[in-house]
Formats: sequence, C-alpha cells, structure tokens
Amino acid sequence: MAVVFQKTRGLTDVETHYCPGCTHGIIHRLVGEVLEELGVLDEAIGVAPVGCSVLAYNYFNCDMSEAAHGRAPAVATGIKRLLPENVVFTYQGDGDLASIGTAEIVHAAHRSENITTIFVNNAIYGMTGGQMAPTTMIGQRTTTSPYGRDAATTGMPIKISEMLAQVPGATFVERVAVNTPGNVRKAKKAIKRAFELQLAGKGFGIIEVLSTCPTNWGLDPVKALRWLEDNLMVYYPLGNFRDYQEVENA
Amino acid sequence: MAKGKVTFNQDICKGCGLCVSVCPTNILAMDEKAINRKGYHPATVVEPENCIGCANCAMMCPDLVITVERM
Ligand SMILES: Cc1ncc(C[n+]2csc(CCOP(=O)(O)OP(=O)(O)O)c2C)c(N)n1
Ligand code: SF4
Ligand code: SF4
Ligand code: SF4
Repeated sequence: MAVVFQKTRGLTDVETHYCPGCTHGIIHRLVGEVLEELGVLDEAIGVAPVGCSVLAYNYFNCDMSEAAHGRAPAVATGIKRLLPENVVFTYQGDGDLASIGTAEIVHAAHRSENITTIFVNNAIYGMTGGQMAPTTMIGQRTTTSPYGRDAATTGMPIKISEMLAQVPGATFVERVAVNTPGNVRKAKKAIKRAFELQLAGKGFGIIEVLSTCPTNWGLDPVKALRWLEDNLMVYYPLGNFRDYQEVENA
Repeated sequence: MAKGKVTFNQDICKGCGLCVSVCPTNILAMDEKAINRKGYHPATVVEPENCIGCANCAMMCPDLVITVERM
C-alpha cells in the first residue's frame, strides 16, 4: 500500500475555526498543496483578509500578514515590490474583494503586480452573519435582503472574473468551483498555473473559487454543494478567462 | 482484497458528511454511536474491504481528516 493522499505540509496542524462542511477548508488545502509541490513554502508570504478567513495566518504554513478589510492587494503589492524573490499571494472573500476592496483589486490587476489572488466567492458575508454581498444571487435571502436580492435596488451580482479579464495587466483569470472531487482537482490545476506564472514573473493572476457558506445559506453542507451548482455555477460560469499566451498575443 | 485503504483522524472530524456524499462505493457513514472531542458524530468506513482508493472522500474533506492508501 502506498499513501496517495495525506495532509499537506503547506498547512499547519492547527484545527480551523470554519463551520462544518465550509469549503474554505478545501481551498486552504489546495493552496497549501500547490505551495508545497512548487517547493516555495519557505519563500511564500500570504496576506489574509477580513472575513471568515481572517485567521488564515494560523493555518498556512508560511509567512503571513493580515490586511485591513479589502486592502490585501495593496499590502501584497508592497511586500512583493520589496521582496520580489518571494512568492506573494492574497486570500480574500467576496465581501472583502468585491465590495470594500474593489478599487485595490482592480488597480493591482491594472498595474499587473506579480502576485496571485485566491478569491473565495460564497455569495455572502459569512463572518458578520450572512449579509448580502455584491455577489449575492438575485432572489437570494440574506439578513439584509430578507425578501431576496432585488436587481432594481441593488443591481446585478458582480462578475469579478469577467470584469478583470478586460484589464490588460491581468495575466491569468480563471473561475473554478470546489463542489465535486473533479472540480476540486481542476481548481488545484488553476491555482498551480497562477503560481507558476508568478514564479516566471508574468504578472497578476486571480483564481475565483465558487465556495459554500452552509451556515449562512441555511443549508446542510451537502445541500450547499448542490445549491452552489444549481445557482452560482449557472450565473458564474466556470472556465479560463485569460491566460498568459493570450495576453502576449494581444 | 481491498484496492484502497482510508484512515480517519476522527478527533478532528466536524461531522459534515461531505466525504460520505462523494464515495462512489458508498462505504462511508457517520458514526452515530460515537461523539468525538469536538462534539460531532465522526465519519467512519463501514465496508473497508470495498475501498477502491480513489481519494474522492479526501478531496472533499475540508478538515484533512482522511489519509488514503492504494495498492
Ligand atoms: C472597514 C470594515 N468594514 C466592515 C467590516 C465588517 N466586516 C467584517 S468581515 C465582512 C465581510 C466578509 O465577507 P467575505 O469577504 O465574503 O468573507 P466570508 O466571511 O464570507 O468568508 C465585513 C463587512 C470590517 N471588519 N471592517
Ligand atoms: S460562516 Fe460561512 S464562510 Fe464562514 S466559516 Fe461558516 S460556513 Fe464558512
Ligand atoms: S478512497 Fe474512494 S472508495 Fe475509498 S472511502 Fe474514499 S471515496 Fe470511498
Ligand atoms: S468530510 Fe471530513 S470533516 Fe466532513 S465528515 Fe468527512 S471526514 Fe469528517
């Protein structure tokens, strides 16, 4: 018998505070595995957001910094410019990145900062108790949209990947999901590709990961995976929106 | 003879059931008789002889509870 799966060295042994079945844990693992496989754990510096993953610095087995809400791309910019040999990433939720931090992510992409952003889209503000996010689905009930999100007053859910794919400096943009074992494997490939491009000095990369929030969606963890597939994946199609070759040829 | 082997670190399981839901051979279940130190019914393997070592369960576990071995 040979071990084909075991806990990555890319994560510490600290047990996470995430709710049962929250897919933040899967995404942490994928990032940890990629950093380990690329042999860059000693050079990696992550920037944690404000949101449920605010404590990510306890879980990634590399150097970490914390940033004010939405400002992780700005903090990562400073770190990477001072320490260009290090591998720098941000890990941000959709409240953090697509609401209060919209300016920071757009301009980091525009400047093509040589960093990698892991963008966890669970269509809600998890940490603060399930308020509506810019990414919340039309009709989705949250504590601040108790009758369901209404496009007439709040606009349509924001599609960050499609938006950033228009930015010339965005070298790699892909949307993935972690709702099935197959999609988890694909998500890991995209994360790895983005880090490889950073190592090659090719500029800004972002992976949008469709994720669950069973607690604030009011669903058990298995049903939350189905809700993700039936709702989020319909409005937010999976796929690559930008890759390095394409940027070169443009 | 089983083609695969799964080991659960039950102490850190949060009882979410994601692993159970994706096992293609349906050999996993929540252990309703046990309560771990976190207060959850942990996942367990009920028919170890039918494990194919595909690692689907480990792929979906958010808490790194599962180790998978294969022939
Ligand atoms: C400047 C500032 N404004 C508001 C907050 C409150 N706040 C904390 S987390 C959060 C949103 C988190 O949502 P998201 O980024 O989607 O992460 P999740 O918790 O869902 O993983 C907000 C609004 C704050 N901490 N700081
Ligand atoms: S509140 Fe939602 S996003 Fe936060 S840990 Fe719980 S399930 Fe995950
Ligand atoms: S390795 Fe595959 S067959 Fe074995 S328990 Fe896990 S999911 Fe089931
Ligand atoms: S997926 Fe992991 S945490 Fe969830 S029940 Fe299975 S072993 Fe436990």
